[in-house]
Amino acid sequence: MSLVAHDEVNQAGSILSGPAVLRDFPDWFREQQREAWKQFESLPSPTRKDQLWRFSNVDLLDLSPFKFGGAQSDDVRDAILEQSRGLDEVAARLIFAGDQLIERDVISEQLKKRGVIFQPLERAMVEHVDLFRKHFMSQPAVLGSAKFAALHKALVSSGTFLYVPRGVEIELPIEIFHWLHDENASVFPHLLLVTDELAKVTVVEHFRSLDRHGEKEQPAGFACGVNDLIAGPGAKITYVCAQTWGENVRALQMNTTTVDHDASAMSLNLHLGAKYSRFESLSRLIGEGGRSDLLAVSVADGTQEFDARTLQDHVSPHTASDLLYKNALDDRARCTFGGLIRVEPHAHFTDAYQKVRNLLLSDDSEANSMPGLEILADNVRCTHGATSGQVDEEELFYLRSRGIPVPVAQRLIVTGFLNEVIQRLDQPAIAAHLHRLIENKFAQFRNGNSKGKARTNLLPDY
Amino acid sequence: MKTQTKSVDIDRSAGDFAYPEVHVRDAGAGLSEKTVHYISDVKEDPDWVREFRLRGLKTFLEKPLPTHWASKDLETINFDKIRYYLAPGTGAKRSWDEVPEDIKRTFERLGIPEQERKFLAGVEAQFDSEAVYSNIKKAVGEQGVIFVGSTEGLKNHPEIFRKWFGKVIPIGDNKFSALNSAVFSGGSFIYVPPGVKVKHPLQAYFRINAENFGQFERTLIIADEGSEVTYMEGCTAPKFNTTTLHSAVVELIALKGAKIQYITVQNWSANVFNLVTKRGLAHENAEVKWIDCNIGSRLTMKYPGVVLKGRKARGEVLSIALANNGQHQDTGAKMIHAADETTSNIISKSISVGTGRATYRGLVHVPKHLKNCKNNTECDALLINSTSRTDTYPAITVRGTGNAVQHEASVSQVSAEQIFYMQQRGLSKAQAMSLSVNGFVNDLVRQFPMEYSVELKRLIELEMEGSVG
Repeated sequence: MSLVAHDEVNQAGSILSGPAVLRDFPDWFREQQREAWKQFESLPSPTRKDQLWRFSNVDLLDLSPFKFGGAQSDDVRDAILEQSRGLDEVAARLIFAGDQLIERDVISEQLKKRGVIFQPLERAMVEHVDLFRKHFMSQPAVLGSAKFAALHKALVSSGTFLYVPRGVEIELPIEIFHWLHDENASVFPHLLLVTDELAKVTVVEHFRSLDRHGEKEQPAGFACGVNDLIAGPGAKITYVCAQTWGENVRALQMNTTTVDHDASAMSLNLHLGAKYSRFESLSRLIGEGGRSDLLAVSVADGTQEFDARTLQDHVSPHTASDLLYKNALDDRARCTFGGLIRVEPHAHFTDAYQKVRNLLLSDDSEANSMPGLEILADNVRCTHGATSGQVDEEELFYLRSRGIPVPVAQRLIVTGFLNEVIQRLDQPAIAAHLHRLIENKFAQFRNGNSKGKARTNLLPDY
Repeated sequence: MKTQTKSVDIDRSAGDFAYPEVHVRDAGAGLSEKTVHYISDVKEDPDWVREFRLRGLKTFLEKPLPTHWASKDLETINFDKIRYYLAPGTGAKRSWDEVPEDIKRTFERLGIPEQERKFLAGVEAQFDSEAVYSNIKKAVGEQGVIFVGSTEGLKNHPEIFRKWFGKVIPIGDNKFSALNSAVFSGGSFIYVPPGVKVKHPLQAYFRINAENFGQFERTLIIADEGSEVTYMEGCTAPKFNTTTLHSAVVELIALKGAKIQYITVQNWSANVFNLVTKRGLAHENAEVKWIDCNIGSRLTMKYPGVVLKGRKARGEVLSIALANNGQHQDTGAKMIHAADETTSNIISKSISVGTGRATYRGLVHVPKHLKNCKNNTECDALLINSTSRTDTYPAITVRGTGNAVQHEASVSQVSAEQIFYMQQRGLSKAQAMSLSVNGFVNDLVRQFPMEYSVELKRLIELEMEGSVG
């Protein structure tokens, strides 16, 4: 596989033609993009032999068909706005389609007065240069996707900048939508979240493809996103990702969370869509008293492949991290989890936990787990666990004996299995929304909406 | 108990002595086709073995070192400086009286003849490349049990040997199995006939006496239907200034309903690279159990595995690793489930002291359409000093419903409260530490044969001395 096929380079709009020269970015940023592009071109493509890509289907990462997102027609735009329904109550909202901001609900005057900044990335790089340069992709991508992080850096054209100053607490969540709509379109979503001392904020990001009713083939697409989430001293940030890309989308997401002293960060990633979705999550605990919770839920069916890589990096002593990932797999779906707890030298008094649980619902599904530990300090408490199993026959029997039909009983058991993770958020409105998305996916099973499925074991015809 | 402490010698210092070399056969330093032909000529190999060796050499030269995940320390091995075959040229004797005097003295100092009289059903003693002594008790021999060196097995029992040789671990399994295939010499060949249960353990003792040397023993154990056997191996080498390479291949075959228990106490001196490939094949209802203690060596890379080929086969790996200053114990286990209702269990405990590093690497594979397979993996690591390091890297693949796999690992340090409690009761800090560490491995050590568990406990006490200020 060659990521840079030279005959493709000159084709108009191909992402492999490099950063566009026409964009109205500051010079330093354009220079940075050119550098990143060079880096992208020089880094080798991943192979399965790389430990960080073990079990991953790297053949799905041929980028040659993908183009930059173009402007959309009014009809498409209206359809997207129509379908951009998420949470009922939000503090502010941005909607991106093909990396272009198409709608914005700004934050309240009150928050603005207290110094909260919520604006598109391209404005922040002009108006808040120092904050931007300090935090934008300041951590190298160490979980395997350095090449794709470089691609993102070279091609990112918009995104979200959110700054919450000292002591400001935003009660309602901030909501961001990213849409893919054209055939072979690509997007490079970015969220730069910086919180100062004792600030508090929740951000919910939706990743969606425009639902084209009546069309045979869902459009192919490519998403390559990076998030920088910075929790200042004593700050509390919650980040939720609801990924429901269309079934022919290949997605890569690289998130870095930095947790300063006495801060806490919680992230929950829900993966339901895409053909291939790789999700890298690095959590760095750099100050005493910091805490990071990493949560993820995925439901995979058909030939979907989810690949999660994580690193809980304990740099400072007296820090805690807790990871809980749960996957439910049906049909021929594959899930890979590669996680590492790393306790750096002198990071004593670390508490670190990591748990991954796979629920296999069909004979052809596959779960790969690689939970890892690297401990270079001695005064630590670390555990990790990985389990793979199936729906408990006794639980099923119990529900059937109460008159609940098998398909419903199975759905209840799977929902209960996943709910343990979602409950940890402790945000009922967001939890309810995530449950709705999961229910929608189950409903698709029943209607046989997703193509190429031999049978559906989750809801068999009894 | 005191009387038994001499029985199995795994004290680190006890093996640290060397006598002058007395070798008649020497393949010289470096590895080429010439070396392989020299070994084949000396051993009077049949043609198929010579070809097997040459294929091994070719594969070894082609394969890169496993650098993308393994320790960089591997790159310090200079394959051109190693001597690949050294033998006194006398053949294996049935009686200690016939063994050349200075070689006999070596094994007497290690206590092997004494143990043989006490509790072993058979003993083989290997000195550098070849077995110098090999004998089994008459009663065991009369049951049809074969226990000889691999060279002798190849010569006298080709019909059994050839059928299974290289079948569990192919030449190209990894770079070091290929190297072993090219230059193998020594090791044991055991065949236990159907229904025979060997009551007492068979033991092999591997001794490296020469500097700049590589020991490449090859062990093949076949337990026929319904039979049972326990095999123990011990090993020592003196502390030379240069590094020594030990790269064995061990293949176990447990036919229907058979049980094999393989016990290793690895106590190489701290300059030995111990790169070993060990794998068992368990047929229907059979059981293969590896008990693996790694205490010595500079770098050990060893992941005993079981291929669970027949219905209801069982595999087990119990492993203890102790990594002290300058040591890296990179150990683990592999369980390949290939039939319904197969079960496997891995329990690994490691202790890192000083700058020691203990690594667990595991692989559990449950392919699709299998039913009722179960795996349980537990890894516990104990860190003694702030410079100690431990890593855990398991890889678990499960396909399909109907199987249950669980993996758990924990890392902790010795509890300060425990130490305080014991000190308050009058124990010194070192005593308290040693007691606490022994408690950590106790539930695993108890599963070992008595002679080993007593020694292991004593050894841990020794190792813990001076690790706390």
